Order: sequence, then C-alpha cells, then structure tokens
Amino acid sequence: MGKLDSKIPSGPLAEKWTKHKNEINLVNPANKRNIDVIVVGTGLAGSSAAASMAELGYNVKTFCYQDSPRRAHSIAAQGGINASKNYQGDGDSDYRLFYDTIKGGDYRSREANVYRLAEVSSNIIDQCVAQGVPFAREYGGLLDNRSFGGVLVSRTFYAKGQTGQQLLLGAYGAVNRQINRGKIKSHTRHEMLDLVLVDGKARGIIARNLVTGEIERHSAHAVVIASGGYGNLFFLSTYCMGANVMAAWRTHKKGAYFANPCFTQIHPTCIPVSGDHQSKLTLMSESLRNDGRIWVPKKLEDAKAIREGRLKPTELAEEDRDYYLERRYPAFGNLVPRDVASRAAKERCDAGYGVNKTGEAVYLDFSAAIERYGKEKAYTMGLKDADKDTIRKLGEEVVEAKYGNLFQMYEKIVDENPYKTPMMIYPAVHYTMGGLWVDYNLMTTIPGCYSAGEANFSDHGANRLGASALMQGLADGYFVLPYTIGDYLADDIRTGPIPTDSPEFDEAEKAVKEKLNRLLSIKGENSVDYYHKKLGKIMWNKCGMSRNEKGLKEAIKEIAELREDFWKNVRVPGEANSKNQELEKAGRVADFLEIGELFAMDALNREESCGGHFREEYQTPEGEALRDDKNFRYVSAWEYKGEPRESKLHKEELVFENVELKTRSYK
Amino acid sequence: MKLYLKIWRQKDANSKGKMVDYTVEGVEGDMSFLEMLDVLNEDLIKQGDEPIEFDHDCREGICGTCSLQINGRPHGPDTRITVCQLHMRKFNDGDTIVIEPFRAKAFPVIKDLIIDRSAFERIQQAGGYVSVNTSGNTVDANAIPIEKEMADKSFNAATCIGCGACVAACKNASAMLFTSAKVSQFALLPQGRVEAADRVRNMVRQMDLEGFGNCTNTGACEVECPKGISLENIARMNREYLTATAKG
Amino acid sequence: MSALLKSSIARKVVMALSGLFLVIFLVLHVTINMASVIDPDIFNQWSHFMGYNPLVQFLMQPILIAGVVIHFVMGFVLEFQNKRARSVKYVKFRGSENAPWVSRNMILTGGVVLAFLGLHFYDFWIHEITYKFVEANPEDPTRYYEETVAKFEPMWRTVLYIISFVLLSLHLWHGFASSFQTMGVNNKYTPGIKKFTKIYAVVIPLAFIFIALYHHLNPVMH
Repeated sequence: MGKLDSKIPSGPLAEKWTKHKNEINLVNPANKRNIDVIVVGTGLAGSSAAASMAELGYNVKTFCYQDSPRRAHSIAAQGGINASKNYQGDGDSDYRLFYDTIKGGDYRSREANVYRLAEVSSNIIDQCVAQGVPFAREYGGLLDNRSFGGVLVSRTFYAKGQTGQQLLLGAYGAVNRQINRGKIKSHTRHEMLDLVLVDGKARGIIARNLVTGEIERHSAHAVVIASGGYGNLFFLSTYCMGANVMAAWRTHKKGAYFANPCFTQIHPTCIPVSGDHQSKLTLMSESLRNDGRIWVPKKLEDAKAIREGRLKPTELAEEDRDYYLERRYPAFGNLVPRDVASRAAKERCDAGYGVNKTGEAVYLDFSAAIERYGKEKAYTMGLKDADKDTIRKLGEEVVEAKYGNLFQMYEKIVDENPYKTPMMIYPAVHYTMGGLWVDYNLMTTIPGCYSAGEANFSDHGANRLGASALMQGLADGYFVLPYTIGDYLADDIRTGPIPTDSPEFDEAEKAVKEKLNRLLSIKGENSVDYYHKKLGKIMWNKCGMSRNEKGLKEAIKEIAELREDFWKNVRVPGEANSKNQELEKAGRVADFLEIGELFAMDALNREESCGGHFREEYQTPEGEALRDDKNFRYVSAWEYKGEPRESKLHKEELVFENVELKTRSYK
Repeated sequence: MKLYLKIWRQKDANSKGKMVDYTVEGVEGDMSFLEMLDVLNEDLIKQGDEPIEFDHDCREGICGTCSLQINGRPHGPDTRITVCQLHMRKFNDGDTIVIEPFRAKAFPVIKDLIIDRSAFERIQQAGGYVSVNTSGNTVDANAIPIEKEMADKSFNAATCIGCGACVAACKNASAMLFTSAKVSQFALLPQGRVEAADRVRNMVRQMDLEGFGNCTNTGACEVECPKGISLENIARMNREYLTATAKG
Repeated sequence: MSALLKSSIARKVVMALSGLFLVIFLVLHVTINMASVIDPDIFNQWSHFMGYNPLVQFLMQPILIAGVVIHFVMGFVLEFQNKRARSVKYVKFRGSENAPWVSRNMILTGGVVLAFLGLHFYDFWIHEITYKFVEANPEDPTRYYEETVAKFEPMWRTVLYIISFVLLSLHLWHGFASSFQTMGVNNKYTPGIKKFTKIYAVVIPLAFIFIALYHHLNPVMH
C-alpha cells in the first residue's frame, strides 16, 4: 500500500462536509435492500450506525459480546455530551468547538474531521431529544447545560450522572425498532474472531457464539468495526471487564493500519487501588476538582505515618500539607487538564508521598469548600456568628447537594466518609485516542472495512476533552458513516449476496479454530489473569503516565517475553464447544500481549511529549510537555508485518490551515 | 476472612444443576463480591477445576450485567446497588453464603450463574422506543419545552439498567417494573405520547408471551431495584394499558 | 373480550374490581349484622327484606356470588401462572427482606377465607334455600335473630369464625390498597388510600368478630 490518502475534501473548512456529501455516490433505496452490512460492537457508535443504516434500507447484522446491545460500555460515561448549540448565548459556535477540540488534542488530529464533528454536534442533540432521551432541563422546560474542563463556554448536555446510559438507550431503541422491522439481525453473546477478505475487500467476519462455542461465518458487503478502545491492556482501568481489542486488532492483522496506539488518556480522579485483588477502577467525576483541593503531606515521615495508620489526615497541620497543583500551577491550580493533573499525582507518589497503604493515592480534600460554603450559607441565613459545628453542617449540606451521589458511591467502595476525611484518588486509564486508522470517510486501509467511535483514531489527537467521546461516537454512527458508506457500496449493487463457502472463509475459519484449540491445548501453569496482570504492570510502569526510552525498550522486550511465556504456559480450562469465559479472556489477552508491544514501539518512536503521551526526555525545564511540531506533526499509522516488532510505520502529515499551533501553558 | 459458599453449578441449559460447596480464604473487606469470586476462580483454575461462570462487565453498577441471588436476595443484602458494588465488609468471617442465578422461567440458565435475559430484549423490541428516523432532520431540541417535573420523572424511569433484579425478587417472577419503566419514560414525554397506546399494548403483550408471572403489588421489585425505580411506574403502565385498550 | 382477558393486566384488574366489590359488600353485611347486636327486631326486618326482596334475591345475590366466584377463580388462575413463572425454585429465598408477609400470602389468607365461606354458605345460604324452596316453609319475618344467635353457640364455630376474620383482615390489609395500584391509581391520594385500607382492614373484621363474640357470650335463652 502506498501513501496514506486521508481523502479530505478540498475547499474551505466549513464547507468541506456539505460539499463532500453532495459529491459522493448514493445507493438507491431498492438497491440498498440487496446490500448487507456487518457492525461489530453496539456502543454509541455501533448502535447508532446500525440503526441509521437499517433505516436507509441496508440489511444490517450487529454483533456484541454482551447479552444485550444496551450493555456496551458507552453506558458508563457520566458527565455529558458536547454540542455547539450556543443555547446559553455565551459565544459558542462550531468553530469554537472545533478549535477547543484541536487544541485540547494538542494539535495531533485532523482539522477536517474535527470540524465535521463540531458541525454535526447540534444535530445529535436534536436527534436524541426526538428519540426521547431525558436530558436535564431547566424550570422553563428548556435543556440545561453545564461547563466542562478545558473550555470557556457551557456546551455540555447531560442526564444527571448517566448521560452515557441515556444516549445509548436512545440508540438501542433505534436499533430495537429496526430489529422489530426485521432490518437488523442482532447477534448478542457473539465475538468477532477474524475479518474475512475476498479480493482484498472486507467481505465478512468469523464470529464465535459465546453460548454454544460454535464458530459462525457471516458475510456482508461492508464491515464496520465499532468495538471501542484497548485501554484494558493495562488490566486495571475504568473500562468494563470484557472490553477488548480483538475485533480491531484482528482487522489490523488483516491489513488495516493502526494509528497512534500510544495515545492513551489517564483520568486523574479515580478511586485508588486497594489491593492485589482489585479488578477494576471506578471513576469519580472530573467535576469534583471544582471544589476539592488536592494535596499530599509535605514531610516523608508524615506520609509514612499516614500509610501505617498512625496519623490521620485531618490531624495534619495546614503548613505540613503540600497542595502541589496549586504550588506548581498557580493560574489553573486544581483545575489543570487531565494529563497534567495525573502526571503530577504520579510524581508525588513516586517520590514517596502517597497516602494509602499501597502508596498510590493523593488526597482530594473538601474541608475548605465545606467551610467556605458553610460560612456563605450561614451568612445568607442571617447567622452572623455561627459556631464551627453549624458552619460545618451547613457546608456539608451544600456539598451534598452538589456531589451527593458521588460521595455516596465513594463511601460504598472505600468505606470512609468523605465529608469527614479527605477522599483518596489516583489516576487511571480510561480512554484510548489511538485506534484503527481511517480516512475522512471512516474507512480503514482495507476497502469496505470501516471503523467508528473509540475504535478509530480520528478526532481527539493526543488528548480528548471531557464530554467529547459521546459526541464522536454518535456523530460517526448517526451522521457520518451512513453517508460515506454509500459511496463505497454504490459499486456493490450488482454483487449479490456474498457466499460464505468460499476458500477465504474456509481459511479464516480454520485459522480461528486452530488458535482456539492451541489455547486450550497448552494446559500450562498460569491462569489468563496472571498474564493480564503482568502485562498491566509493565504497561502501567513503563508506558503509563510518563515514558522514557529506556523503559519503553524494556517494555518491548518484556512484553514479547511475556507473550512467549503465555503461549507456553497458560492454562485455559474447559472446552471450545461450550460457554467458556476463560477461553474468551485468553483470546483477548493474547491480543493485548501483541498490541502492548506496538503501543510501546509507537511511544518510543514519538520523541516528543504531547497530550497524554509524556516522554521524560522531552520536557521544558519546568517539567511541562515539549511538543515537536517540526518532526512529529503526523499520525503514526502502523502496518502489521507478521509480528508487532516488525510493524512498518507510515506517516500521515497533519496540515493545519485554520489554526495556529501553540504551546499549552497552565502556570 | 474465611467464607463458606454454596454455589449453583450447571453445565449448560439442558443439564441439571446442583448446589456445590466451596471454601474461600483470604477474603478482605475491601474486595467487591465479584472480586471474591475471582479469588475463588483463580483457586479453582490452579486446582485444575473449571471456574464458576458468572455474568459481569462494567463493575461499577451501570451496565446491568451482573445478576446473582445472594443469600436469597438479588444483588445481595445491601440495597440500591448491584453485585459488583457489594463489598465483602458486609459479611463476617465464617459466614455461609448461598449464591444462585436469578430464577425465572423466562430467564433460563445458560451456565452456572449465567442466565439468558433475551426476554427483556424482545419486550423492548416490541415498542420500547420512539419511532423516529435517525436522520437528524427533526425539530430543534428546544422547540418543545418539557416541564421539568415530567422530564425528571421520565429520567427516573429511564435509569433502569435492565438487570432483572425486579423479576428475581418478585415471588411471581413478574417483569412489570422493568416493562413499566420503559413505558413510563416515553409516556411522560410529548415525543413518546404519539404512539403511547400502541407501545403499551405491544410491550405488555410481549411481556405476557415471555412467561413472566403476574404482578401482585408486593413491592419487592422496588426495594431490590438497584436504581430505586418506583412502583408508580407500574400504576402508570396499568393506566396506560387500560385506556389504550378501552380506545380499542 | 377474550383477547383482553389473556392480558395479565386485565386479569389483575378483574381481581381488583371483584375485590373492591366484595369490600363494599362487606360494609353492607357488617351493618346488617351489627343490627343483631343493637335490636333483634331491626335485624329481623332487614334480614327478611334481604331474603325475600326479588331485586336482592334474583339480581344482587347472583351478582354477589359471581363476584366471589370470579375473585377466587381468577385468584387461583393467577397463582397457578405465578408458580409456573418460576419453574426452578430458589434454594434460598428471603421474601421477608423486601415485601410484607400479607402481600406475599394472599393465596393463603384468601384460601382460608374461601374455606370459611364454604362453611358460611352451608350455615346460612344452603339453610335459607332449603327453608324457602326445598321445604317450602311459609314466610316467617321473626326467625332470623334466633337462628343467627344459635349458630354462635358452639365454641368451635365461633373460634373458626374469629380465625377467618383475622385472616380476612390480613387479606384486606394488602388487597384493598393494592387494587387501586392495579387500576392505575398511584398518586397524591395513595398515602390516604393506604391509611384508609389499614383502618378498614381492622375495623370491619373486628366488628364481625365482636358480633360473633357478643352472641357467643349472650346466647338466646330457650
């Protein structure tokens, strides 16, 4: 394959999408009935794409490993969804949303894609409201907005702390409507194990029925991969347990380039790991940083005493506390962007100031806010000289009204009352900006194979802004893919059904079965989780919040060794022809053990710091990220060559015609 | 902590299942219930046994996948949470814990503690949506103001995570709370009113076809619902159904 | 209509409506019974009216019997379906943690009340039919009081009577308010309905019990 062609339409930025829609091929409704499309993954991107394409008339088959499309992990998104509606009249516009997203992504995303995202964002809200998504409203009956990190306007629409679930249920409803009409065939508890190419085009998939273990062949004229991100390779993350990279990775191995694998977002406010048994991390909304102050003890001996339970954080005097974000970033203080806050927490904990028994936690303290709000409330109530207890009580009430549900969740998990003692938090992996490389039409480098949502790399560059993931998933699925896929399928109106008895399907099925049998036949010593946890440790320590050449080289070596050991010593009990969760996990971890290596290679190659990717060698004297626009203003797109370490790097140069590249500063 | 577990084991849908005793040691209060099962499974794999299969995914109480009946109650002894949010500090050293799948004829067991909840899918497919195309060519989102109280009530109904605890808790294995939550969400919004009559008729018909039991208003579903969905929704569905049927 | 009755909600509404009808009937019944404590003559007069008025005899009585039959037949049908909806039982099920005993045992309380109704029918209704139509005795507007009081003479019948009404009370405790929920009423009046239900469920059965005890302790002297 030659140079990467992003197929960005010509013309002024704001007119590209309209112009493109006017110029691309369409398929007439009668012909759409003869065309099949497979959608893998049923989160926001997959469900919205499946429903929209089925409405247009295509025959759609959806696949998800969950027992219902509704359970995809889009459901866990809390905060909200951005749209440039400018309902608040605070100066928002498509351009401003576009600009914030480009800047937030540290200038590592495509202008044209991001502008299109901003352009369709308003439509998403209209669409969702029409579907009956119960967004939060004001007393006047109109939609409410709130503001989110990194921007100066209020453009985030939300449904309490459940925006993701409500939007997904909206898309799921649209899918159900098409299932009821017979236009979508839903395959739940199915996992895509391979992509089938016929004459170089994506023509189907091999899937495993996770209940019966049966290997099935499914053909189509085009395949959409909307299977989410790969952050679970860290083992501990805010991803759901089943999230995996199998569909995307196996598509990559069949020829689709994988872009920017090292761009991972690490969210600063998660509940810390409590012990080795931990399986999953829980996010606490970013909004907490509005009122919470982050600190660790100033003295190492105090930190040690706290860890050993000899000292309580509330007993530590004010002058013995280090409010390190306020100290380092006086202008933004506790409200620095996610990547900066995360790195700063890691820096303190690595230096020995961590405050929980594992030494990997910092405090998020609300006592100052409680006191401030309490005084304010007492004053407005006419209690001019209220005593300390009254102020505290009133303050707690205000904080409860704002964050009550989060505080309650924290208490359930940690068993400590965050009103009385500071919360403990630590950063955790929660999103991957990297993914399958796609052009402006969302097509991968394999003709007929598309990718949408978190599974592709398209819109967030090196760092994603809050409330933008939901926006991108639905934009891709509702408003982009249904148009652009027609351009490709217009050539397939005479193709007829794709047979599944071709040699290509035979071969793909055989390979898949061999792999499954190989996993079962090793009968080694260690469980799948053993390897997953080990991989997670390598990733977290050497490819996590800050990376350096030495660590990355070690990681590449260690991951390769671990993978080799996995294929010699893993123990997968049970059989292939029945429900077998260990076998499912084994397949997923096998892929993580491959992408982990590519991840580290990509991080090693990118000799600059940008967004979520921080290379210790490339920082300013103050310890801030140092971008290198001269040498690294490109998308890394990796081509698979038989082994991760042999992958070939292709570069898509990023052209900025509408924004000026600047350095982000939060001092 | 050392715990004695009695767990339902069943090879597949067609096999007969039975309760099997296990002992798990080294359990800590900070562990979630599912992490305790992870520890047990790790032991079982080491011993060369087949691990216990159970459904779980997000492990933060929102996906609705986990579905265990613990000591006779869906999602265990605590309320307003799912199993994944239940922590072992709720138990004491030496406790015996009985773990079963959610039981209903409409939720057949697939393996061990995993059940098939596709009945819920079919109820939703029968009408749990507003029939509007996703073209985006609708009116502006703010063109129809909606009273905040109605919007909030609709949201509260929409918080259902589809876990099936309502069915599991009900002595009649009735799916009324689940079905009514979806019916209510749309019945309360102007967008959903247009086809409200068809929706409630179709969804109730499908619910009955799936073989769920009848509602006897015991209120167990409301108590055990991780999201606290109110019985009001069942009354609303009854009302909607009766008026829809009266209209013919 | 038959399609309508196939729906679970419609069946439940039939239960609710027939139940409410019986609830209203109980008020009438207890009022007449109460007369037996206050004044034997009024009691005789009312009873005679009930026994010989054609409207009562040939319209209201069949409706009442139909109401009772529909209520318990539907109750058994629903119970059968409910049992079938969970074909494999739980090894451990702690219903007491999330629902009151009365709501979970309507079939038990209802069943006992039904059994009592059998006795009640035998004692009074069969007796009346035999008196009026089989033996074709002449009208006697003064016989009711003595006949009624005589029934409460044996201890066993009075005890059975009391037990049945305690169970009826439990049945009403859940059933009365529940029927409103079934018919779609759950609003700002619901707390009031629930409160009224509790008063009703205690007062009415208590009145019946009081009457029974009163007659048991004050037998008619022969």
